[in-house]
Amino acid sequence: MSTPLQIVVCGSIVPDPLQTLEPVAGAAAPSLKNEMMLPAILDPWAAHALYEAAHLAQKTPGSKVWLVSLGPKAKLQQVMMTVAQKVPFELVALDGSASGFSDSFATAAALAGAIAAIPGLDPSKLLLFGGWESASRGAGSTLQMVGERLGIAEQFQGVDQIAFREDGSFEVLERIEGGRHQVSVCTAPPAVLGWATGHLPEPRNNPQVGMANMRAILPALQRAKAAPLAAAGLRFHSVSLPKQQRQTRVVKNMPAEEIAREIVAWIGEE
Amino acid sequence: METILLLAHTEPDGLLGKPALEALAAALALGGELTVGLVGGAAQLAANQIAGCGAARFLAVTGEPYTQSRYATDAAAAEALCRKAGAALVLAPATSRWARALPGVAHRLGGRVDTHATNLAIEDGAPAATRWFYRQRMEAVLTRSERPWVVLLDSGCNPAWSGPAGTAPVEAVAAEAPPTRTTVTGVQAPKADEQTIRPDAKLLFVAGAGWTKKQPDGGMHGAEAETLILGFLRAAKASLGGSKSLVDLSGEGQAVLRFMTHLNQIGQTGATPRHPKGLSTCCHGEEPHVVGWRFVNQRRAINLDPNCGWARGKADVLYVADAFEVMRHVNKLLGPPG
Ligand SMILES: Cc1cc2nc3c(=O)[nH]c(=O)nc-3n(C[C@H](O)[C@H](O)[C@H](O)COP(=O)(O)OP(=O)(O)OC[C@H]3O[C@@H](n4cnc5c(N)ncnc54)[C@H](O)[C@@H]3O)c2cc1C
Repeated sequence: MSTPLQIVVCGSIVPDPLQTLEPVAGAAAPSLKNEMMLPAILDPWAAHALYEAAHLAQKTPGSKVWLVSLGPKAKLQQVMMTVAQKVPFELVALDGSASGFSDSFATAAALAGAIAAIPGLDPSKLLLFGGWESASRGAGSTLQMVGERLGIAEQFQGVDQIAFREDGSFEVLERIEGGRHQVSVCTAPPAVLGWATGHLPEPRNNPQVGMANMRAILPALQRAKAAPLAAAGLRFHSVSLPKQQRQTRVVKNMPAEEIAREIVAWIGEE
Repeated sequence: METILLLAHTEPDGLLGKPALEALAAALALGGELTVGLVGGAAQLAANQIAGCGAARFLAVTGEPYTQSRYATDAAAAEALCRKAGAALVLAPATSRWARALPGVAHRLGGRVDTHATNLAIEDGAPAATRWFYRQRMEAVLTRSERPWVVLLDSGCNPAWSGPAGTAPVEAVAAEAPPTRTTVTGVQAPKADEQTIRPDAKLLFVAGAGWTKKQPDGGMHGAEAETLILGFLRAAKASLGGSKSLVDLSGEGQAVLRFMTHLNQIGQTGATPRHPKGLSTCCHGEEPHVVGWRFVNQRRAINLDPNCGWARGKADVLYVADAFEVMRHVNKLLGPPG
């Protein structure tokens, strides 16, 4: 596979999963308590997409990776300080809400607009990557709509593997029910791939990559256009935390055999 | 109540699967005029299966291109059915096939889409969807004024429709199969005896990284861990989940538990399966893991650490004990797998 690839990864930021989240009702849509103060990370499945993109690009000389991110500029900048050290990419930033309560329809419109405006991008060669679901909205609907807006009808979701072949076609493994993968072959880009975990570990921080990336990331953040997201007909009637706090019975000093009997009896209960 | 289209695709046997029957029950409960839209190689068997459901019409897009789960063809079929039915509300089960295709269809129709709905009910005279945000951390109820509104219902939230089969009149809807550059070549599944993910199992068994760690006797016991876990899965017919730490170890080529893959991972960046019971072993019960237990009703954990996450209101029972020892006894009690 020697044709250079053009890979655009859509990925935004989400609150660090170790944080406790609390919703607050708002006039238009709910938000998170102290949302701007919460430490953020790159959305995990989108991060996998970025690492897979960089890995592919590295194997194919002349390839390029863009990360298109819609989020509050100041928070994007914080997160980019870390992400930039992972793999080479060029950032395209949009200044707007990364809230899980925003509408994927509006997010897709903003992302598609930003992608279409990337100088030098050839839509016929495009591989559009992203996470198959975000850790915020968790809907798995944005990428399909970005794909539709860009006219791409070869789409894959829950992707764990892409393997290019000599003739430029590629094989894709998508997660389906029951812990299985569907295998497909697509003759060539353009295509949309919503990634699950993939196969690559998180790359180690590389300060040199970080420095090279940051030279372009800071201006990209300065250039970031405001992207207000209209939620026209979407109304939230309620948002609440689950009530289930369990009264845990902590069993200490019970012989293993007795615990086993209790567990077996419990498994057998209807 | 507005008109409803239920979209369902056939399974390889030509019938409708449980998720489709659940979505059908949910659609009927809303009370609006219902059209059923079927996609598959053929549709008559599936239509007959639900002939007695009370739908006003059965529409179908059929033919060879629709035997496969593929974006371009599925989106074309669903779009044609939506246009023909002209329904305000489009319901579908959140199968991998519809989850891939329907968001794009909503876009084509100028509508909106919500996925992973756990409930759809009438509130103040209008349909309202319940779904979780931030990886099952908070639950919201929402409505939309745009139509069509496509809603994908998660499986396991509604009882499946059951009723008399019969002969249903199926109206064929023409949909020209779009050109596609994608060929589905097959399915990769673990061998039957290595199949550890069983969505319909009554029990989820979760293994954490503790199974691979140095134990109080100073040694590591990966081989025994593997035997104990596989033995239990077979005897209890349980589904296997793993913590991220454990599946990452497997991914990094440290073949500790060879049958563990990222598909087994439960949690923030893993799955959120639905099982009536769950037993966690050698897993600390940190929040990013436990959010994946949102739909596991009864929860028990075995951990050496009395202060692990499970002790803090995340499990019903925490056994402070050595999981190796306990599971040896459990397997003995369950006897050799029949
Ligand atoms: C962005 C992000 C996303 C994440 N997503 C996920 C996710 O989806 N799923 C997930 O699981 N985690 C996730 N995590 C990681 C999570 O925070 C924890 O690090 C992980 O769940 C820990 O796994 P563990 O409990 O198996 O391992 P450890 O924390 O290493 O715990 C091992 C446990 O085993 C116990 N133990 C050891 N030996 C025995 C024995 N003989 N008997 C009984 N108990 C024993 C120990 O007491 C300990 O509690 C995520 C983290 C981040 C930052």
